[in-house]
Amino acid sequence: MVAMSDTLPATPRRTRLERARRLHVVLALLVGLVALISLNVGATGFSLVNVIAKTLRGEALSRMESVVLWDIRLPRLVMGLLVGAALATSGAVMQGLFRNPLADPGIVGVTAGGMLGATLAIVLGGMLPAGLLAMTGGTLVPIAAFAGSWLTTILLYRVSTRAGRTSVATMLLAGIAFTALAGALVGILIYKADDSQLRDLTFWNMGSLAGANWVKLASAAPIILAALVGAMLLGRGLNGLALGEATAHHIGIPVQWMKNGAILAVAAASGAAVAVSGGIGFVGIVVPHLLRLATGPDHRALLLNSALLGAALLVAADMIARVVIAPAELPIGIVTAVMGAPFFLWILLRQRGVVDL
Amino acid sequence: MTRRMYNTLTALMVALVAACAAWSLNADESTAKEAAPADVLSIGGDVTEIVHALGQGHRLLARDTTSTWPPEVRDLPDVGYMRQLSPEGVLSVGPSLILLAEGAGPPETLEVLRAADIDLVEVNGGFDAEAIAAKIRTVGAALEVPEQAEALARDVTLALDIALADAAAQTGPRKRVLFVLSAAGGKLTVAGENTGAAAVIRMAGGVNAAQGFDGYKQLTDEAASVAAPDVIVMMDRGGNHDATADLLFSLPALAITPAAETRALVKIDGLKLLGFGVRTAQAVTELNATLYGD
Repeated sequence: MVAMSDTLPATPRRTRLERARRLHVVLALLVGLVALISLNVGATGFSLVNVIAKTLRGEALSRMESVVLWDIRLPRLVMGLLVGAALATSGAVMQGLFRNPLADPGIVGVTAGGMLGATLAIVLGGMLPAGLLAMTGGTLVPIAAFAGSWLTTILLYRVSTRAGRTSVATMLLAGIAFTALAGALVGILIYKADDSQLRDLTFWNMGSLAGANWVKLASAAPIILAALVGAMLLGRGLNGLALGEATAHHIGIPVQWMKNGAILAVAAASGAAVAVSGGIGFVGIVVPHLLRLATGPDHRALLLNSALLGAALLVAADMIARVVIAPAELPIGIVTAVMGAPFFLWILLRQRGVVDL
Repeated sequence: MTRRMYNTLTALMVALVAACAAWSLNADESTAKEAAPADVLSIGGDVTEIVHALGQGHRLLARDTTSTWPPEVRDLPDVGYMRQLSPEGVLSVGPSLILLAEGAGPPETLEVLRAADIDLVEVNGGFDAEAIAAKIRTVGAALEVPEQAEALARDVTLALDIALADAAAQTGPRKRVLFVLSAAGGKLTVAGENTGAAAVIRMAGGVNAAQGFDGYKQLTDEAASVAAPDVIVMMDRGGNHDATADLLFSLPALAITPAAETRALVKIDGLKLLGFGVRTAQAVTELNATLYGD
């Protein structure tokens, strides 16, 4: 199998890919920078610099400093990096697979299923036997959200696969139908919910990294990382799929295998992301688009760039969410939308006529 | 004795008891002021109210969004909504004791706060006099002012008993009362059974017009008409009273109810009405007076 750019005579495409590959380095530096700043700021005003200086001088950290850095800021930072990378990469993969710029992880039912699972846990969780409740502890909602997103994806996959061939169009439509159904079930549960459960649901929907801790991280990180690594291998195949399924097949791309891999990776990555952070919209659509506008649609570079920019963007948004109304904090979904949407519009307007999405 | 005189007398008695409590506690406050530095974070409007009534308001560092009374607490930093606290935000105000109303959280935040060696005291809720007294005692014990708490609990229980006895002494038909939480978009969200609003309505000698469901729910227009409330109660969020009444009674759901005929709308401060803190007796007396006063 030959890489797509090699089959094309035009040289600008190659330079575009090279530019996109150089962007890896820039974005990786950006992630590092944002991560450091994020560790450094917060409502308590402890700064990383001071803490490092203190450690170097051999002084012990105060209880407060170690809790703030190790139990609050660090797990939250890692969670932000993982969730941002998961959502943005999932978005890029879905847009490639469905050959549709509006596709996002929600299309494979992850968001609707996760929402349904979380709602079930929030509203009916109290009815579980006490022993089972004690066992799941505070993790019932994320577990239910993850299970919900997976069940939905499997269901949608079964519905749209016949004779070993998955129809993306069927999956798209079935996804819409299932989202409506899940919405209705959530509606019934909302009617049953009391007002404090309603509050919990609203906040869950707006998304937050506030609940990040090492336990959640230990369960979500392996899944997200494995899915991200898997997604990175899809670049060449997604490029081929852009030419249409038949052509992709003829140039030697294992189309069905690709689809399975893409759906699996997206369900795992964004399912885990949704489970630990709730509904954070926007990142999955905007990040890949910004990168396509900047360096072109070549998935070989786009996937990694999406992961990096998604991670940086989400950590930056979370940082703003944490400090802007300190000591209280905003749900992160609000920050990503309020800052991201106008910026995205501005880019679109500037590029209007130049790029046809 | 006429009804009006009786009501006035009751109100006077409640006020007198409250004033006595406030006076004796103020005396304590002046001596306590130098001793205890501000180190307490209070989460929950009812809890904050109780801290102040115990004369310990000066020990508060910060509050949550639901803590709005007494007015001076609004000057304190706000750590956000009580069910959605941010761990670093809470730590940043530097509390050594956190009083948590029932439902404060989320659990992840509380876990981190415990890890940071901060004392967390949970104050259980409830919709009756015993629950209020228990809240006061819990807060008093946490703030190490058990005698004041005992005195305040006694005064508050007494005031509430007087208000309840007065409401219970009501003769004649009970008024049907509908508590409307929100009428946004013409849709009524009302208090059903097992709510703070239903409890206060009953205490004030009324009958909750919305029966047959638990919690705060949206009511269909027909069900609202069938509920046939004599009086509508809402939370006072500021704004023009007449405008609200015009809007409310022009809704098809309420237009044909007895309440619309007499334009019977009562607005009471939400925390006072539903907080089950130290002002519940006042809320009961006020509501009772507006229901049967004239």
